[in-house]
Amino acid sequence: MAFLDRAARSFFLSELVTGLSLTFRYMFKPKVTLNYPFEKGPISPRFRGEHVLRRYPNGEERCIACKLCEAVCPALAITIEAEPREDGSRRTSRYDIDMTKCIYCGFCQEACPVDAIVLGPNFEFSTETREELFYNKQKLLANGDRWEAEIAANLAAEAPYR
Amino acid sequence: MAEFWSGFLLPLIIIVLQILAIVVPLLVGVAYATYAERKVLGAIQMRQGPNIVGPWGLLQPFADGLKLFAKEQVLPAGANRVLYYIAPMLTFLLALVAWAVIPFDYGMVLSNLNVGILYLFAISSLGVYGIIVAGWASNSRYAFLGGLRSAAQMVSYEVSMGFVIITVLLCVGSLNLTDIVRAQEKIWFVVPLFPMFVIFFISALAETNRSPFDLPEGESELVAGFMVEYSSAPFALFFLGEYANMILMSAMTSILFLGGWLPPLDIAPLNWIPGPIWLALKIAFFMFVYIWVRGTMPRYRYDQLMRLGWKVFLPFSLAWLVLTAGVLVAFGWLPK
Repeated sequence: MAFLDRAARSFFLSELVTGLSLTFRYMFKPKVTLNYPFEKGPISPRFRGEHVLRRYPNGEERCIACKLCEAVCPALAITIEAEPREDGSRRTSRYDIDMTKCIYCGFCQEACPVDAIVLGPNFEFSTETREELFYNKQKLLANGDRWEAEIAANLAAEAPYR
Repeated sequence: MAEFWSGFLLPLIIIVLQILAIVVPLLVGVAYATYAERKVLGAIQMRQGPNIVGPWGLLQPFADGLKLFAKEQVLPAGANRVLYYIAPMLTFLLALVAWAVIPFDYGMVLSNLNVGILYLFAISSLGVYGIIVAGWASNSRYAFLGGLRSAAQMVSYEVSMGFVIITVLLCVGSLNLTDIVRAQEKIWFVVPLFPMFVIFFISALAETNRSPFDLPEGESELVAGFMVEYSSAPFALFFLGEYANMILMSAMTSILFLGGWLPPLDIAPLNWIPGPIWLALKIAFFMFVYIWVRGTMPRYRYDQLMRLGWKVFLPFSLAWLVLTAGVLVAFGWLPK
């Protein structure tokens, strides 16, 4: 009987019909597509996107050129040069991140004693040339000014867990 | 001069216009077949499909076409230049010339050939040359293997397709496609010959290298099969040819089994709709099933494909042919 059963099933293509009916039913299910450039999914406050260099509310840049981020960076993406400023404070004269090397591990953010370098929520920074991804201090500070509100909110949301 | 006009030029213009009247809607159909494919596959996978270019993405096929024709043409090193460029033209041309004998309504056919079905069968068999020439002329082992597979596959499935066609011809008594459709005025052949219809449809999938029989272009092992070395306009021609072949096979299935231009029932609201629209609806239905099958079935393994063709379809269609012939003779139903 098992043989007959199997023969009948294969003769009437029962498995093919089952599969086809399944896909047919799926055709009328609601779409799960997120209409990406127009709709975006939620992002965690811990999201590690494009780097920013932050400033204090009075406009002074936070980075004190301790070079901990440069030391901890596993991809050697960060290059820092420092010299005393006219007022005698220690600041970076050069802060470059090679975004093509960066692996977005977030160690620089962990290492930073003054919350200066932070990986922000922005992930849409693709460029048409490779050179545009070699970020310098000016670009990173501009990012900081642009994303400060979101980053401050994210850091505040994460503070209880640190 | 008047002689030249009425004897040569006017008929030439008329035939060119007739050809355009077939080819232009066909190419638009091909363009929207690609759109329908992406939309239906998207729906099956709970996605949206193209929806950016134009309303509901309706201009997507033209954007794709523009993109393809704007791309760089690459001639592989060591390729046979002449054959390399002839192959896509051949594929595309053969997909178009077959439409000469397809009847769109009673008397609405470019060339009312008395051996129409043989012509169709011959043209669809010639299609394998485009593929095998492309595979050979590309001077690439992937393309070569794809071409070989395609040739073997098309030859295998043409045998059982031949038997299916013979079964239909036994019930009609004519090779003329118009006669084949008119023989179905009482009942469509899909009802008495349903198993043959299924075999014909599955063989048509294999014949057009469609999923689940798309081994010639199996991207997991052959990258893109016979068309791996093609880009730009030659690739576009292959693409158009492949979809035109699918539409042609759908038309053939409609004519052989679903009564071509005939409405399902010859009653008032249904027979108001003109024949060509019925044929188009049936073709659209089969195109949908092609895409639906692609969205459902995984690809066959090569030995399974050959086993199905030679050890299942061939004996089965042969047995059914004998059975049909026996029934026709026993009940005296043979057409005069």
